[in-house]
Amino acid sequence: MNTELHEKRIPIIKIGNFLIVSIQVDMHDKLAIQLQSQILEEIEKTGAKGVLIDISVLEMVDSFIGRMLSGMASMAAIMDAAVVIVGMQPAVAITLVELGLEMPGVDTALNMEKGMEMLEKRIADEEYEI
Amino acid sequence: MMQLTSNTNWETIDKHLIKTEHDIVNVRQQIRFCAKQLNMGIINQTRITTAVSELLRNMYNYGEGGEVLIQKGMVDEHNALIITCSDQGPGIDNLELAMSDGYTSGKGMGYGLPGAKRLVDRFEIESEKNKGTIVRIMKWN
Repeated sequence: MNTELHEKRIPIIKIGNFLIVSIQVDMHDKLAIQLQSQILEEIEKTGAKGVLIDISVLEMVDSFIGRMLSGMASMAAIMDAAVVIVGMQPAVAITLVELGLEMPGVDTALNMEKGMEMLEKRIADEEYEI
Repeated sequence: MMQLTSNTNWETIDKHLIKTEHDIVNVRQQIRFCAKQLNMGIINQTRITTAVSELLRNMYNYGEGGEVLIQKGMVDEHNALIITCSDQGPGIDNLELAMSDGYTSGKGMGYGLPGAKRLVDRFEIESEKNKGTIVRIMKWN
């Protein structure tokens, strides 16, 4: 069972101050939970200030995955890292709202480039405040 | 108790047992495929797939797994995809409460049943304590 989970590990790539995660598989619940802790561990290890999660190939986000994403954003915020979800398909956004999950507190961007700009701006603002 | 709509003219597409999380992912993908075959648009495909995902999770978490029946057929002059999820779990004590937004018996956030209902054209549920629960949903274009 464990080996099966390891095979399907979702890769996390570090570029500069950011972590980039591109979810390319239809996730079952355990994989979603595993990804959540994997990202938090990576934030701790690398001191990353921002995480970009690309869900542009996800054809479906149900209440569990939605909850995992918003939970991860709050947990990362406590660890001083910002999470931006990028590339949500329109059909997924419509379904999420109809489902009743509006994911408060989760920042989103249309694509990876805009998400990256968002994070860079945020980090620049924080440095300015200090 | 609500009576489930049924029709002998409905055509059975497939039947699956839900025992693992992988079964949930597989059935979810098949549902999308069937919705596509029925010429549903991308938004309706996503709605029915998401609704099924919620129901299967309930079944997996509370009903100790169960069975999904995928059918197609006419419902009120609509060409519908009909999904029936049945389990032999503990049943739902208070259906009205379980169908209200935000209610959860513990493991979820309470979006499961009412959320799934909003995503489909027809939602029927039958539950008996200690016997199990059957949910039948229908979606058309």
